[in-house]
Amino acid sequence: MFRAALKSLLGRKVRLLMSTFAIVLSVAFVGGSLIFSDTLGRSFTALFASTVGDVVVRPADGADNLGASTVSMPADVVRTLEEKVPDAARVDGRIRAIGVYVVDKDNKVVGGQGPPAFGGSYSDAPAGHGLTGLTLVQGRPPEGPDEVVLDTKTAQRSGYFLGEKVHIVTAGDQALITPTLVGLMGFPDGGTLNGATYAGFDTARAQDLFLDGKDAFTQIWVTARDGVSQQQLRDEVAAALPADLEAVTGDDAAEEAATDLLDAISFLRTFLLIFAGVSVVVAAFLIVNTFSILVAQRSRELALLRALGASGRQVTRSVLVEALVVGMIGATLGVGLGVVLAMGIRALFANFGLDLTGQPLIFAPRTVLACYVVGVLVTMAAAWLPARRTARIAPVQALRDDIALPETSIHRRLLLGVLGVLLGVAMMFLGLFGSVPKGGYVLGAGTLAVLLGVTAVSPVISRPFLAAAQATYRRAFGSVGNLAGQNSLRNPRRTTATASALMIGLALGCLMAMIGSSAKASVDDAVKKNFKGDYVVSSVFGEPFSRSIATEMAKVPGVERIVRQRWAQGERDGDFFGFAGVDPRDTEFLGIRLVHGATADFADGTMLVDEDWAEHEHLSVGDTYTIDKTPKGPLRLRVVGIFEKNPVIFFPTVTTLDTLKDQGYPTSDNALILVTQHRLGIKNDLDAVVAKLPIVTVKDQAGFAAEQREPIDQIVAMIFALLGLAVVIAALGIVNTLALSVIERTREVGLLRAIGLGRGQLWWMITLESVVIAVLGALLGVLLGIGFGVAMLYKLRDQGLEVISVPWSQLGLFLVAAVLIGVLAAVLPARRAARLDVLRAIATD
Amino acid sequence: MSSGEVAARVVALTKTYGTGEARITALDEVSLDIAQGEFTAVMGPSGSGKSTLMHCCAALDRADSGSVFIGDQDLTRLKDKALTRLRRDQIGFVFQSYNLVPTLTAEENILLPLAIAGRKPDNDWYAGVIATVGLGDRLSHKPSELSGGQQQRVAVARALVSRPRIVFADEPTGNLDSRSGAEVLELLRSSVVDHAQTVVMVTHDPVAAAYTDRVVFLADGRIVDELRDPDRERVLEVMARMTAAADIAPSGSI
Repeated sequence: MFRAALKSLLGRKVRLLMSTFAIVLSVAFVGGSLIFSDTLGRSFTALFASTVGDVVVRPADGADNLGASTVSMPADVVRTLEEKVPDAARVDGRIRAIGVYVVDKDNKVVGGQGPPAFGGSYSDAPAGHGLTGLTLVQGRPPEGPDEVVLDTKTAQRSGYFLGEKVHIVTAGDQALITPTLVGLMGFPDGGTLNGATYAGFDTARAQDLFLDGKDAFTQIWVTARDGVSQQQLRDEVAAALPADLEAVTGDDAAEEAATDLLDAISFLRTFLLIFAGVSVVVAAFLIVNTFSILVAQRSRELALLRALGASGRQVTRSVLVEALVVGMIGATLGVGLGVVLAMGIRALFANFGLDLTGQPLIFAPRTVLACYVVGVLVTMAAAWLPARRTARIAPVQALRDDIALPETSIHRRLLLGVLGVLLGVAMMFLGLFGSVPKGGYVLGAGTLAVLLGVTAVSPVISRPFLAAAQATYRRAFGSVGNLAGQNSLRNPRRTTATASALMIGLALGCLMAMIGSSAKASVDDAVKKNFKGDYVVSSVFGEPFSRSIATEMAKVPGVERIVRQRWAQGERDGDFFGFAGVDPRDTEFLGIRLVHGATADFADGTMLVDEDWAEHEHLSVGDTYTIDKTPKGPLRLRVVGIFEKNPVIFFPTVTTLDTLKDQGYPTSDNALILVTQHRLGIKNDLDAVVAKLPIVTVKDQAGFAAEQREPIDQIVAMIFALLGLAVVIAALGIVNTLALSVIERTREVGLLRAIGLGRGQLWWMITLESVVIAVLGALLGVLLGIGFGVAMLYKLRDQGLEVISVPWSQLGLFLVAAVLIGVLAAVLPARRAARLDVLRAIATD
Repeated sequence: MSSGEVAARVVALTKTYGTGEARITALDEVSLDIAQGEFTAVMGPSGSGKSTLMHCCAALDRADSGSVFIGDQDLTRLKDKALTRLRRDQIGFVFQSYNLVPTLTAEENILLPLAIAGRKPDNDWYAGVIATVGLGDRLSHKPSELSGGQQQRVAVARALVSRPRIVFADEPTGNLDSRSGAEVLELLRSSVVDHAQTVVMVTHDPVAAAYTDRVVFLADGRIVDELRDPDRERVLEVMARMTAAADIAPSGSI
């Protein structure tokens, strides 16, 4: 039996090639996602390991990884440690800042999106465990106020050579500086900054730029003597430190930093795996379909085996053995392609700023295992459905001319499908309106159930569509159209199963398009309703910028008022906590309307909370609210007012500018709102202030809305790029089904050719059939996508997506694309059919 | 009966399969005229080349050398596109295994060649064809709902409907019981008698051959004998003679 299965497999190489290809693609997606996320994880872990010393000293409770901070330790701590810690080989004070952007010769910011732009003091201190971290690889260290070193990659990307003046934008008081490039830093042992940029100055200059000239450091690295462990050194250092400073081992600090970052980007991994899952589901459809057709075509052969004495179980098993072999081959090729795909994903993300091109790909054993499990299991499971039916082939059918494979009764299928849809809809409702934990997952599971249910009932619900298509075709394309329409109706299950693969891809695409379009509409709506003043000044990366910009702009004639906003990050109950700072005099202008409390009480050390957050945290006027971690430890604020939800204020809690400054946050601004006279050319004057600072832009209402929409477009584009693969698999499914149908109908095709059907007409016939399948899938997909979209947007309405917008033109484009997919998918099968030798085709049994 | 005009002409047609030891000569310089309005049968034992001859005449297969004319067109000089058009407009086929399109009704199947060509049926002619086929109310049925004899009559009607210059029938009664076979043969016969249709039929059934005007006998790729206005007995006679000759000819090889 095993031999018979293998023989049969070899006899049908071409037919199986396509379904193997589907497995290859989906396995590749799984493999690629895993390889990429492992690489991502390793690259950051490696990066952080080389950016900490054996022991790191920092302010106690200071959130070291909160980004910008001006909290520092006086320089004499370094001397104290040098004297009191005998096991310290060396002690180095360091300064680290973010928001230090290198601007290239075309006045464009290098990097920026995503990975941070680091700046700081140059130091030759070794990283923990004697690792060579970022080290000078060319030139010399910076000396004096007019010299800088850059990392090699940033220098390359910006096009600066040693000896040239580098444009650097900082968030400090000196917004633009132009020091000379004197050295290049790199990782001699391999490694990259993952797209981050680094600019190093000598210590005095760094103190001047980032610490207002204080003789202090933000971090101290202590290097252990040979044979001294990190723990031992940490204990010694801790004993010598004042209470407001703490010492942590480099290993702990690196892990802390890497974990935080990986948490922050873990959604990427989830995201990729979701798409991998989608492509696996789509591929499973394709495999079920392929095996169904193959089994149907072989039913006489299988019946013969039964007639010769094989049991039903043996016949089933022979089909499963085929599936096993196909799955193994598919998984093996898929693993290989996965590596290629991981490179593709890496390139895709590099476009978005996360540059891992210097990192070797991580190929974990688990990845290989997952690929084989997915490839083999999915194939076996998908083949099991048609294989089960082979057992019911009666031996006598070997002797008959026309034989049909027994099929599950359409009634049972309909029943299961309807149940699936109902269950799915119920789950979606529960997820939307019910108070179940993890409503999002319930909603997602409901979505999947609806998809599978619709797939099950699609042969029934698609009948009117197929009949209408047939009638239309007959009218529009005559007999060729009639034949094509009839062919698509011939086996509605096969037609709809093929269409289902495309349906899933397009339903998700449509869902994403809807979310994207609604998000943009919501942004526009929010901007329109809440835009204050005449211009907004903000950083394109959402990063803070120098307060000197506001000062400069105030000098522009016609500017009447400048309102600053600052954003701060802290931690509360272990979670990220963001809050805003404004000048108390600006609350009225910003439209902050209190429902409780009084604006007059809003002073340093107090805060305002919006209604929702107050309710969520059970806060009322007079309460004290604590933010556990800020640059200077816990921050306790008294609640003096509760305000109506206000979209201008980015965060639900607001304190004063001075409170933030006193707490060690940098005195840079996040957004400025300008009220101006309507003077011709004022925009040009304002632009001139930030001309050399490409991270900061001046926008009117329309410009601001456009800028806010841009990241949404980028995300949607990225999702489409990933969904594209699912659509490719679905298109392959159509190719496969058509090719197999052509083989199945060899004799009929021969006959048509014999009675005078031209090759062109044959091509038309197959193309029209293909287009029916594609359009059916697209229509179902778009309809479902709209439904899912409305549900999902309803769920997201609290998160700022208040407008539900259906992107009709985009959906129309999907349908056009579906027609194109149909035409393209028909190319190979039609060519094959056209090339059939008429005589041999007729003679075929 | 014969109008004297030639519907199809075969000149020195040769076709071989295989090479070296396995070389088989299917047609060996066969020359033959098919007269307009005549019902011709081609007979011969298996492997005599009769099917190959028909396939070459019907533009389904190409010979190695020699010419085939349908009317005054030399098929051997035509490209695929022209051949397709020729099959569509000038040739009708009836196959042993009916070969109807399963998705179409009987009527749609009959009209298919015209539909493919984008032509409208000649109403009188069509009515006549439908009447002779005698399917009555079963015209709207799919092939799977018809008996073998009915299906083959549909196939004959399909071959006749476009008024081709010549109809080729490849063992049209091979899959039928004798009564259904007789109906199909009557149908072909009446198209010849009533409408001067030219029909060429490959068969090995002497009863079927008796319906024709002329029987051509093929053996080993050559025309070995010919009968005019045959009846079953004379056909059997010739066949017996041929079998005897075949037994003796490769002397001593058995």
